[in-house]
Amino acid sequence: MSRDWPLWEVFVRSRRGLSHIHAGSVHAPDAQMALRNARDLYTRRQEGVSIWVVSSSAITASSPDEKDPFFAPAADKAYRHPTFYDIPSEVQTL
Amino acid sequence: MITQPALAGYALQLGDDALVMAQRLGEWVSRAPELEEDVALANIALDLLGQARALLAYAGEMEGHGRTEDDLAYFRDEREFTNLQIAELACGDFGEAIARQLAFSGYQFELYQRLQDSRDETLAAVAAKAVKEVAYHRDHATQWTLRLGDGTEESHRRMQAGLTRVWPYTDEMFRTDPLGQALAADGRAVDAAELRPAWAEYVTAVLREATLTWPETAAAPGGGRQGLHTEQLGHLLAEMQYLARCHPGARW
Repeated sequence: MSRDWPLWEVFVRSRRGLSHIHAGSVHAPDAQMALRNARDLYTRRQEGVSIWVVSSSAITASSPDEKDPFFAPAADKAYRHPTFYDIPSEVQTL
Repeated sequence: MITQPALAGYALQLGDDALVMAQRLGEWVSRAPELEEDVALANIALDLLGQARALLAYAGEMEGHGRTEDDLAYFRDEREFTNLQIAELACGDFGEAIARQLAFSGYQFELYQRLQDSRDETLAAVAAKAVKEVAYHRDHATQWTLRLGDGTEESHRRMQAGLTRVWPYTDEMFRTDPLGQALAADGRAVDAAELRPAWAEYVTAVLREATLTWPETAAAPGGGRQGLHTEQLGHLLAEMQYLARCHPGARW
């Protein structure tokens, strides 16, 4: 077993109605302590109303080597962008 | 008004507890097991420093000699400090530090919870703000006590040793102090002796779950409320007061 505590990814929801957003990571011996460490590191200035922590090892990430097959095909498909109608200005955080 | 000197003395007691404890916890920055724990302990220290500032400022105001929170923090000598001795203990071992946190934050939690209902508006307001902070401090200490006590053989041994080291100083937290008792009769303060049953019930449950045993130690003589301290307070104050005394009026 490694001497260091495992790493946890921290997601913070800044207010009701918004989604949790990745804030950073923390070391902690287990999930409950990770929540507390995340509270101390990422919500010091009232940034959040809810925190998720996920073991970093549980995250499967796309590889930089596969960047082209993953993301390039979207480049010339302008019809996927919502540019053909106007968004009402009253709609916030869309 | 007759209660003003008493209120000054009482606010000073609670303020000194918080101030000395904040200084002790600050010593952990860069020395805790991980960076995250440095931050956790420093956060707790800063909460306590905030409580100390409010209480010392109020003590200075009630005293009526024009002393500010800084005058009280930096220009009093050891014998004029009225903190409980448990706050000044030098805890070089993480198990000891957590044992002290469990005992002390548990005490502060019971105290502030009752002090919220004080007839004195300032004390009630300080307590109402502090009780939320202290609830987190107590949870932090509880989480660590469970993990160290019910962790490895080594962590269990050191957590138990930490309890044994700190426990003699817990008795002083619940001794009736004439000042507190007089103000409590008036509905302005809390008689420390009232806090013991609830504190003991909480701590007993945590220790049981953590597979630790309540240390059967004799009570230390105490006397912190009367300005009697262990050798360790002098060293703490020397470090804390050095700058303010060498450069009076120094500002950031």
